[in-house]
This record gives sequence, C-alpha cells and structure tokens, in this order.
Amino acid sequence: MKVLVAVKRVVDYNVKVRPKADGSDVDIANVKMSINPFCEIAVEEAVRLKEKGVASEIVVVSMGPKQCQEQIRTALALGADRGIHVETDAELQPLAVAKCLNALVAKESPELVIMGKQSIDGDNNQTGQMLGALSGLPQGTFASEVNVADGKVAVTREVDGGLQTVSLSLPAIVTTDLRLNEPRYAKLPDIMKAKRKPVENVSPEDLGVDVAPRTKTLKVEPPAQRQAGIKVSDVSELVEKLKNEAKVI
Amino acid sequence: MAAQVLSERDLAFMLYELFDAESLTARQRYADHSRETFDAAIATGKAVALKHFLPIRQKVDTNEPTFDGEKVHLLPEIKPALEAVVEAGLAAPSTDYETGGMQLPLIVTNAAQAHLSAVASTTLGYISLTHANANLIEAHGSDEQIDTWVRPMREGRFMGTMAMTEPGAGSGLADLTTTAARESDGSYRLSGNKIFISGGDHELSENIVHLVLARVKGAPKGVKGISLFIVPKFLLNEDGTIGERNDVALAGLFHKMGGRGHTSTALSFGEKGGATAYLVGEENKGLMYMFHMMNEARIMVGTGAALTALTGYQYALDYARERPQGRLLANKDPESPPIPIIEHADVRRMLLAQKAYAEGAYALCLYGSQLADDEKTAETKEARTKAHTLLDFLTPIIKTWPSEYGPQANNLAIQVMGGHGYINEHPVEMFYRDNRLNPIHEGTTGIQSLDLLGRKVPMNNFAGYRAMLAEMHGTVEQAKGSELSLFAEQLQAALSELQETTNIVLAATAEKDLDLVFSNSVSYLEMFGHIVIAWIWLRQGMAADAGLQANPHKQDEQFYRGKLQAMQYFFHSELPKIYHWSKLVRDIDSTSFEMKPDWF
Repeated sequence: MKVLVAVKRVVDYNVKVRPKADGSDVDIANVKMSINPFCEIAVEEAVRLKEKGVASEIVVVSMGPKQCQEQIRTALALGADRGIHVETDAELQPLAVAKCLNALVAKESPELVIMGKQSIDGDNNQTGQMLGALSGLPQGTFASEVNVADGKVAVTREVDGGLQTVSLSLPAIVTTDLRLNEPRYAKLPDIMKAKRKPVENVSPEDLGVDVAPRTKTLKVEPPAQRQAGIKVSDVSELVEKLKNEAKVI
Repeated sequence: MAAQVLSERDLAFMLYELFDAESLTARQRYADHSRETFDAAIATGKAVALKHFLPIRQKVDTNEPTFDGEKVHLLPEIKPALEAVVEAGLAAPSTDYETGGMQLPLIVTNAAQAHLSAVASTTLGYISLTHANANLIEAHGSDEQIDTWVRPMREGRFMGTMAMTEPGAGSGLADLTTTAARESDGSYRLSGNKIFISGGDHELSENIVHLVLARVKGAPKGVKGISLFIVPKFLLNEDGTIGERNDVALAGLFHKMGGRGHTSTALSFGEKGGATAYLVGEENKGLMYMFHMMNEARIMVGTGAALTALTGYQYALDYARERPQGRLLANKDPESPPIPIIEHADVRRMLLAQKAYAEGAYALCLYGSQLADDEKTAETKEARTKAHTLLDFLTPIIKTWPSEYGPQANNLAIQVMGGHGYINEHPVEMFYRDNRLNPIHEGTTGIQSLDLLGRKVPMNNFAGYRAMLAEMHGTVEQAKGSELSLFAEQLQAALSELQETTNIVLAATAEKDLDLVFSNSVSYLEMFGHIVIAWIWLRQGMAADAGLQANPHKQDEQFYRGKLQAMQYFFHSELPKIYHWSKLVRDIDSTSFEMKPDWF
C-alpha cells in the first residue's frame, strides 16, 4: 500500500513570532523553521504503518521555496522512502495546496493520504477537507487512532462530544490530531541515508495548478497587550466600571 | 515556561559564526555533510536528552547506586535511557559510516552531545568512557583485540572502564602495585586492588572491558615499569560468546557527593589466583598508551564541566527573569510592585560572571574539538602537525579551566537563587555537586599545573607554547584596527606579562630548589588559563561584532550585544587578576614552600 504524506515548513513551535514592522505579515527572517507538528505526526503514522507491514511505500510531499527540501529530508530520515517537492516562491493558501495534492493523488494513486489537521502558522484546518472535496475521496479528520484492514481504514476522530469512529473505503484521506502518536526523532545514520533517497522536483505549473491566492491578508498585528488590573474602592465603583468601561452590564 | 537546558542560539553562534564548522564540509571525509545534517544531528541529541534523561535527572541524583554484596543496583530507568543514546547513533557519531557512525566532525559531535552532557553528564559516563576505551584499543591494540573488544563496545553490547587509581597510588601513579605474571600461553594473570573505577561494575551490558595499569613481575620501578592490560569481567568462549566470570570482584561502591549517575567502584583483581589479562602493545609502555585515553578523557572532563556550568546559568537566568523580589534602591514606594530580580545590578553581575565563565569555557572546549579534528583531517601535513601541537599543549588548560570555573559558575547560580538555590526543588545545587568532581579526576588541578609549567611549556623547544602565543597574537593583530582594539591591547599586555613571567620562572629552575620554584605552579596555570579565555572571548567578541555589522534581526542584535557585554565583563573583572598571579610566580613567592607542617 502506498501512502502519501504531506508536510509543511513552518516557523518552529518554540519561536515567539512577531509581525513585520509594516504589518504586512509575520516576520520569519532568520527564525528556526521545522516540520509542522501535526505533519510530523502524519509522517510518524505512515512510518508505523510501514513497520507493521501495512504500508509498502511512503511518499512525502512538501510545497514552497527551495528550503522545503530540509523538511522533506527530515521526513526521509524518519522513514519515508522518497520525496516530491512542489517548488514555488508564491504564497500558498490551503486551496492551492489542496489542488496540488489533488494532482499528485491523481498521479501517484496512493491508497492513503495522511496529513496534519492544520498548520501552526495559518491555523486554517482546511486543506485536508478541500482535498477530500476535490478528489472525491472519503476523509477522516482529527484522527487519534488509525487502523487499516480489509480495504478499509477505521479512523477514530476527536470530536466535541468525545470520540467518533468512522470506517472509510480506501483510498482515503486522514488528517491527524495531536494524540494520534508521539513522533520519533531521526537516528543519526538515517540522517545520512536520507540524503541518498530520491526527491523529485516539480512546479505547480507542471501539475497544472494555478496557485494565485484567492484571499488577501489585510494586516498582521500582535494581540492587544493586557492592561494591568486596578483596585476599586467600593461596589458602586465596580458597577459603574462594568457598565461604562467594560460595558458588560 | 521551564528554563531551556542550553541556548541553541549560542550553540549555533559558536559552531557556525565563531568556528565556521560549515567549512569542514570541504574536507573529503565530511563531503556528504552540510549545515542541515549537522543541525539534524544536534536536534536528535537534544530530543534524546529531553525525552530520556531530563525526566530522570533528579531521580538519578536522589537514588544513588547500591551494592547488595553481589550485584550493583542502578535506577532501572538508566538502562533504557543509555540504550536510546546508542540506538540513536549518538554514542560515537564521529566514527566511520562503515562502523555505524555518521562521520560527524568532532566539533559538531561535541555540540550534538551537548544537551545529553548538560542533562546527564555523569550517567552518560558509561558510554563516553566506553568509547574512549575503544579508541585506545583501536590505536594501540592488536587486530585481534580490536575485533574482540572494540566491535561489541561500539555496538553497545560491552562497556569499558579505565582502571588506574589504587588505594596507595592516586595522583602518584608511579607507586602502583597491581602486578601481572606472564603465562606460557602469552596471557597474563593479574592481581591487585583498584579504587574510584567509574562504571567498574553494573548490569547494563553483557560484559565490561577494564583497561588496567599494572606492573609485570620484575619490571622497573616508577612509571617506566607500567604496562596496560585488557581485563574483561567475563572471559569469552572461542566463538566470542560470554564465558565464565573472570577473577575480578566488586569490593564495594563509594558514596559520592555528586555524579550519582555513574558508579564509582573498588575492584579486586586476582583474589582467586589471578585475573586473566591481555597485554596491550608492549610491556612497560602502558602509561604512554593510557595517555591516549586520558587526554581524550581530559577534554571530556572540561566539556562536561563547561556544559554543567552552561545549564546552571540558563536555569538561574530563567529564575531571575521570573522571580519578583525587592525594588530598585531609588524607589522608596512600598506600594509599587516588586521587580524581577534580574532588574538588580548585582544579580546581573552574577549572571554575567556565569555567562563569561560558562560560554568562555565551552568555546575553549569546542576549540579543542576542532583541533582534535584538524590533527586528523586538515588538508596539509603542516596544518595537522600544528593542530596536534596546539592540542597537546592546551590539554591541561582545557581540562582545568572549565573544571575550576564551571563549579564557580554553578556556585553563582545558587547565589542568584538564594535559599531556593540551596534546596533540591531546583537542580542548581546538584549541578554544583556534580561539577565539583571535575577539578579532581583525570589529573587534579595541581597535577595539571605541573604538567603545564614543567612539561608542556618547555617541551620540544617550546613548540606548543610558541604556537599558542602565535595564535593569540594573531587574533590581537586582527582586532587592533577594529572596534575592539582596546580589548586587543589589554590582551597584548597580558601576553607580554605571560612571556616575561614564563622566562623568569623557567630560568629560576636552573638555580633554585625545584619544589620552591614550582610551588606557585597553580597560579601560573590560572594566569595562562585566564589569558586563553580572554583570547577566546575576544574571538567571540569579533564574531559578535561581525554579526552586528550585518544588520541583524532584533533578537540577534540583543544576542550579539550580550556577547560583547560578557566579553567586556571578562576583560574588566577577570583578566586583571593575572597580574596578581604573575607576581606570585615571578617573585618565586615562598610562602607555601616555607610553611612547615608543624606550624599548622
């Protein structure tokens, strides 16, 4: 069984991000970049499926500038077999990513697509669902458990009311939640072996996808600073402030 | 958020901006590497440290190993944690691809193991000693010995020790009495008692390979009659499988002030007639071979001391940012909220001192790793020889300076935290206890100072001494025209003082009692060490200055300013101390020498 895993290059979760001075975007100059944590979980799940003998090949795909190869190679060091880099310097929004993935699904015919439920930069939580709509494949989102058997995949989903298990016919799309697994770290010899694994380079045009953004970012600004609290002298002052300043009563 | 174990920004600064580790990829041995593979290895080192060792750090300290008369019992979590290090390929990443290594340059290996060493310095000793042991056998053992002992040690199946100290012979190795008798089959029967043998017994591995110093019967007295033997805990069968127990018995464990992750043992060899022992190399050359391991171990000791200092500094820094206490002197308003203690200048003084000590010490150790690499892989023979000369010369300083100032940094970490630093709710008191061993083992500070002044300085017609001075003068020249010229001038003056003092003290050895002249050798080592650290800080300052010129990101700008301020701290508060030390040395101050034992 072939598994396609999508990984996104994002600002490392330890980095405290700041907006650019002109408010046009988040400032990512010179900051540490890593695989999106949810995507790491996706890679781990694929590698575990391969170790169980369920998956036979893991293809990892990433999209974006040249440096995305680092994240592809990280995934290769963790156990993926080959990589595909959709290289572009354009801003990629979820719909564009889903379209590229859809083209790759058509080309590669994986039986399972595993991806993070969202990325920690955009926090959109859209790409998996969009890919489901574009490809017509069934989707199991927010997975906390994945079991493949008899041409089906059972996905236990973390929903508001608790856990819901859906059974999907393969091929299918799974998006991962945090509790699905604990990702491994790359063993040192595997870091070197990853360099010898093939990475194919394609462009969005090669895939016939127009990645032009469909939504526009107006402004990026930090959340308002919390004001220091004050002591009120009596109840009537409190009521007055709640009414006129906080405007909650 | 909990304090970080180490500053990754600082690690990257030292590796790539100070020592240009990326340039190593031009060498054939490292041709497959890039900054990406270096960073990936460092990330794995950090991940293993945080996942397997940080959660048990305090438990290891509070549950010291016990001995029931038969076996040693260690905290059960230690074994899987060490196995994780081996499985991740972090035990010996610098070894060849063919033997399962990553052919990682030594300076990057040092950085990749930094988080492990910072979190688990002593627990990791089982592994680091094993590989130092294997490196010795690889360098001086026979092919058969390499095949029999090195392979399983690299695979993590066997572990290794170095067994030198005896109850009556510690720093005075010349008096060791363990003896070995030659048998007709070429092996030896060894008997004697060894103490303070780290990792001397445990159940962590299938076998333990002791490297033991002993005297062959009839050998000359003194260090010229010492030979080196491989003495396994279990003998091996013909097919290499574990055979019967060798005549090596655990006599007991020592209860240490710190470093509880690593057993310290007393071993009895030959109580039942003689332990089977295999000679390494030739008879009577054992101490020379052992220096192969000792020199490596000395750099490991310096590195461990520096990293324990660095992690204590990070912890105290984090605490000082969070802990509100008191108000600035100028503020008399008791209604105003207390400020984080880092706002007090004296707390910043203690943090600056830790930064100056710890980052200076670790940079020196990375420089040592770079030299250890250059002596093997530099392009030209000339460059390899130069690196060897410098490393050989600097070894007593790389061992001692971090070992002396690492505990001082930890001492200040405790002081920053006040009463909270003194209790075991926080790890800084443990860091201090762990670090306190370092000025003692692998040659005490006193021994190192005699090695420096008595041997390393005059050796080979002052070759190492001159090479080191030339390196430092080179940096002074580079810095002279720059923003940092005032610091360059201070270092230059210190170098002149050092040269004069060296000439005076060595000239005095021809005329005066040697024990008198060398009675201030530790002051000489202190002076030399401080000058070397000032030099490494000047280099860090130059790298930071270059970073500032390149219009850096806000966080980077603050980082570089911090480097320059720590350099200034070292030059203003520490470097002037050399004049006090040099006076004692050049005056041949006789206070200690003339003090009579009966006057105490």
